[in-house]
Amino acid sequence: MKTLQELDAIRQKTLNELNLRKNNEDNVRVVVGLATCGIAAGARPVMTAFVEEINKRSLNNVTVSQTGCIGLCRLEPIVEVFTPGAEKVTYCKVKPEQVARIVSEHIVNGNPVVEYSIGSYE
Amino acid sequence: MKEISLHILDLVQNSIRAEATRIGVYISEDTLKDTLSVTIEDNGCGMTPEVAHTVQNPFVTSRTTRRVGLGVPLFAAGCEHCDGSFNLNSEQGKGTTLTGSYRHSHIDRPPLGDIADTMLILIGGNPAIRFCYRHSVNAQEYELDTGQVQQLLGEVPLDSPEVIAFLQDFLKNNESELYGGIEQ
Ligand SMILES: Nc1ncnc2c1ncn2[C@@H]1O[C@H](COP(=O)(O)OP(=O)(O)O)[C@@H](O)[C@H]1O
Ligand SMILES: [Mg+2]
Repeated sequence: MKTLQELDAIRQKTLNELNLRKNNEDNVRVVVGLATCGIAAGARPVMTAFVEEINKRSLNNVTVSQTGCIGLCRLEPIVEVFTPGAEKVTYCKVKPEQVARIVSEHIVNGNPVVEYSIGSYE
Repeated sequence: MKEISLHILDLVQNSIRAEATRIGVYISEDTLKDTLSVTIEDNGCGMTPEVAHTVQNPFVTSRTTRRVGLGVPLFAAGCEHCDGSFNLNSEQGKGTTLTGSYRHSHIDRPPLGDIADTMLILIGGNPAIRFCYRHSVNAQEYELDTGQVQQLLGEVPLDSPEVIAFLQDFLKNNESELYGGIEQ
């Protein structure tokens, strides 16, 4: 059985990097719609893919969180990306296989993936 | 919903919207009694007696962006369809406890599905909420209390990448051990 013991090592290792992160102004926020409509449409694997991709690339300035119904149920799963100093970008009908590209092109390089964004659907 | 763990993800969103600071998620599987039961317990704002009474009716919701609440009725109907039951207990200002059960062997019972993913997303996306999770399969059981995790971490945030990676490992490993190491 896996225990919580390892957390002590993680704490010591992470504590050193913590102060570097704290003053980071350019935090990016990824928000996934997790209401009944979003979950039924497949939002959970999309959110998991974001968490894994961001972890894999050790992007410490990115947070992934969840919100309720955005009111566009037919376009779920919906993901909103908030970047400081730029307009919010809304992605819809997102699939887990599209997540790596959104992370590398948009979150890392600052170029939204226009073909996945809401403008291409409405 | 295709998986019970997706219902859980959905039902916990209600607790989050109710501003709960502590949320318990308890799953118990007993193959002898032939039951699978799920309990979600929160200390959120609770429901008015009126809402509590009518929440099993799909045409009731206190939300304004969309009229029809479906999460609870869908879950309740699924349980009842699988020879189980649904029970809701809510008190304004105190919180809400909701339990649903299925007959384990019922042919229409949805699989539990990826509960590790559900818990990881809930924990990582809401680091300020204390989640108490427990899953038992007959005599085997394990639990995860993020209050305890946070205590061990000190000032290191629960949603740090290293911690999330650890929790993912922890949940996946312990889930599969519950079933004797066999992937579900
Ligand atoms: N844990 C809870 N705490 C407080 N109120 C709740 C809770 N769960 C459900 N409710 C109430 O019941 C309503 C119906 O919930 P639900 O069926 O999930 O639909 P929806 O979330 O779309 O409104 C909610 O809008 C809320 O008013
Ligand atoms: Mg709901």
